[in-house]
Amino acid sequence: MTEKVDITLNINGHDYAVRVEPRRTLVDVIRDDCGQTGTHIGCEHGVCGACTIILDGEAVRSCLMFAVQADGKRIRTVEGLADGDKLHPLQISFMNHHALQCGFCTPGFLMLAVNALETNPDISDDEILDVLASNLCRCTGYQNIIKAVRSTAHEMRRARSS
Amino acid sequence: MVWVGRSVPRIEDRPLLTGRGRFAADVGFAKMLHMRLVRSARAHGRIHSIDASPALALAGVAAVWTGADVRDIPPIDFRLTRIEGLAPYRQPILAQGDARYVGEPVAAVFADDKYLAEDAADLVVVEIEELPVILDASGSAGEHAQGHASEATIVEKSYGDLAAAFAHAHAVIELDLAVGRQSGVPIETRGAIARYDVARDVLELYGAAKVPHWNRDQIARMLGRAPSTVHLLEGHVGGGFGIRGELYPEDVLVCLAALQLRRPVQWIEDRREHLIAANHSRGQRHKVRAAIDADGRIMAIDDEFFHDQGGYVRTHAATVPDLAAAMLPGPYRIGAYRARGRLRLTNKTPGGTYRSPGRFESTFVRERLLDAIAARLGIDRIETRRRNLVGKEEMPYTRPFATLGTHVVLDSGDYASLLDKALAAVKWDELNATLRRRRENGEAVGAGLAFFVEKSGLGPFDAVQISVDTSGLVEVVTGAASLGQGIETVVAQICADTLGVDYRRVRVVHGRTDRIDHGMGAFASRATVMTGEATRLAALEVRAKAIEVAAELMQQPADALAIIEGTVTRKPSGEDGEQARAGTGPSMSLAKIASALQPASPLRGARAPGLSAEGWFYSDHMAYPYGVHIAVAKVDRETGGVAIERYLIAYDVGRAVNPMLVEGQLAGGFAQGVGGALLEEFLYDDRGEPLCVTFADYLMPTAREVPPLDVLITEDAPSPLNPLGLKGAGEGGVNAVGAAVAAAIDDAIGIPGAITQLPVTPQRLRAIIRRGEDRSAVDANGITKK
Repeated sequence: MTEKVDITLNINGHDYAVRVEPRRTLVDVIRDDCGQTGTHIGCEHGVCGACTIILDGEAVRSCLMFAVQADGKRIRTVEGLADGDKLHPLQISFMNHHALQCGFCTPGFLMLAVNALETNPDISDDEILDVLASNLCRCTGYQNIIKAVRSTAHEMRRARSS
Repeated sequence: MVWVGRSVPRIEDRPLLTGRGRFAADVGFAKMLHMRLVRSARAHGRIHSIDASPALALAGVAAVWTGADVRDIPPIDFRLTRIEGLAPYRQPILAQGDARYVGEPVAAVFADDKYLAEDAADLVVVEIEELPVILDASGSAGEHAQGHASEATIVEKSYGDLAAAFAHAHAVIELDLAVGRQSGVPIETRGAIARYDVARDVLELYGAAKVPHWNRDQIARMLGRAPSTVHLLEGHVGGGFGIRGELYPEDVLVCLAALQLRRPVQWIEDRREHLIAANHSRGQRHKVRAAIDADGRIMAIDDEFFHDQGGYVRTHAATVPDLAAAMLPGPYRIGAYRARGRLRLTNKTPGGTYRSPGRFESTFVRERLLDAIAARLGIDRIETRRRNLVGKEEMPYTRPFATLGTHVVLDSGDYASLLDKALAAVKWDELNATLRRRRENGEAVGAGLAFFVEKSGLGPFDAVQISVDTSGLVEVVTGAASLGQGIETVVAQICADTLGVDYRRVRVVHGRTDRIDHGMGAFASRATVMTGEATRLAALEVRAKAIEVAAELMQQPADALAIIEGTVTRKPSGEDGEQARAGTGPSMSLAKIASALQPASPLRGARAPGLSAEGWFYSDHMAYPYGVHIAVAKVDRETGGVAIERYLIAYDVGRAVNPMLVEGQLAGGFAQGVGGALLEEFLYDDRGEPLCVTFADYLMPTAREVPPLDVLITEDAPSPLNPLGLKGAGEGGVNAVGAAVAAAIDDAIGIPGAITQLPVTPQRLRAIIRRGEDRSAVDANGITKK
């Protein structure tokens, strides 16, 4: 064990001042120390993507970072997607397309896709497929996730052009 | 029907989409201990010593247990398909003397923090003397443990005169086929959190799934407690697929620790542990022979197969080989039949069920056989199947043996009609003509088809309690479990239709042994059928009560009343009651009726208090859905890589409560089937060291590998076993993927019967293509073909 370090994580606009061992992963601190359990742990070796969050505008695997590396950075997790009771369009699209079953991988897919849609508003259908191929889902067979994200991308484009 | 049959959105979705789900790792308590297991690093060995003192020296380590500390706890018992003679192969909660697979728990560490628990586990020194390993389940049998043979039992199903059939056969076809070790591998690993409430003398286990009631009874028995003082509580469950929710050593260990250490104990599995400790499945080799007549009709099948059970026999006992043997005949008429499944212990992770257990394997075997018959006799492969299909007029069709404690009676089906519909859906002849042209232009592309029969709706019972509260909210309490399949929505739809309310006003409570005494859980595609019908029965009774009360209070004849959108109202005369809308004439809401039935209500009269009822449904037989899979695959001859270009699943589900969810089940199963057909296999080195311990070694399909899926759901053969005609949908998506993809690859590379082993990895396929090319080179040189 090593000495604990004081850090501040900004999650969904709120500052969390926590004292953690430098070896603690970011996902553990988000979940255990900050109580935001919507971000899930699926493999802890960066393959499944269940722990995907948005960190300073980039989608990252929070199991592959130490919390101390995120000190002072702006983190967005699934808890921050909805605006009060108003769901994010992608959340609604997931529901309408039956893009989730057990829901365990869902937060990771949502954050992955939201980041892709925000950073590349003109994202093509094939680029969406490419992005979504970076996370694992064991329930849905992916097609409904792909449909949900494509439909949201098309809607967002339509909204912009009108 | 207002709700049943409609693809309404799920009532489960909102918390899951907003990060408010409560999965096992989200459950925590003050002063909680974290359990970490020390697992055997040897596939087989005698444990000489375990030194826990360096671990115990760390501040914050509460205890370290070894096998000696839990010697009095009985091994984990069988839940299904118990067979005489298997008892000595059951797994203790910590290894007793010998370790039998890499990953077997040999010690348990309990510490204040999960990082600390891992540190401490690393400090436990385990000395194991290596013993010889058995890794090939189909080799000669040996000794698995002292005095116990590696062949634990032989499962046999048979009927008819096998010898006569083979003696009179026009031809005999023999195949040697294998399916690798695979498993469900949900994205949420396992987890178990136990808490002992001394004040109430209640032991609680969170993280329960699949079969909470059975596990409650077993934990109570193993720990010497009354079952009613053990509560299992299911939260959100991150995928089941057969493996999750069975009773494992870790579940019992956290319970025992909570009792003894008097602190809550949490165990969350890591991914490496999951891949070596949770049940594996599949892992079969079949040596099958078929006697056929000159028209390609199957006179007999004789199948001997080897089931790789791993280091112990777990809760499923002989379930997987039993189902393989019972379901191998599929949709076909077979004159005489014998399947002998050899349950072999090996020094690998123990086995259990994985979605469509025994059927993914036996469908591969059967449909390979049908393709081989077609190739041998030069009969079209569709025609070969047609000639052997059990006819609609033969239903119900009895196979003279049993599985899962039920006689195998195919309850209903029009197999030939579904085959026609599937072929029409893909324009089979046109499709094959196109593929032929593409092959002539040098592409290695082909189509394959497989037919299968599934089973579903396993009894023997299910119970449901429905109550309406004074706000009109309907609560359904069921002993079923949710694994993410959408059971809350399905139960709510059935309840809503029967009772006459909006399905969103139905709250479904499941997986809680403290809310309902009896339950069978969710497995074997049973929940929609069994829980669905129990729900309907309970809802009918609530409905009758509500109408009876309303009739009296509204002074209306009961038979003139209906419940529409949660309100008892007069049926409009001459019209279907369902069409009516509340608000015309006298009416009374279910909330008011529930109030009238409060214990102290003067309106209650002599009636029992509460607007509530219990429904029980019993069933001795399973319902058998069926389906057709059609695959189009393209092979890269250089790399041996396979891309599935197109895929159709045609499936008769009897009655679809929510077609969107049925499609979801089929699509999810299909993706797992793609993994099973092309990618997934747990491999071991020659010392029994597992080679697939990360997601970089155990390859599951991503969005890139799973192509769009066409689904054709039919309702041509409702089950006669329940009034709604329901059959299950959980396993039809995965069942025949290995078989159909194998056939498509054969067709693509132009070598009938080339694929004999799943998964068809690039290495394996490349070797097959090379051998094929060598052979044609030889043929071209004028040397006689074999």
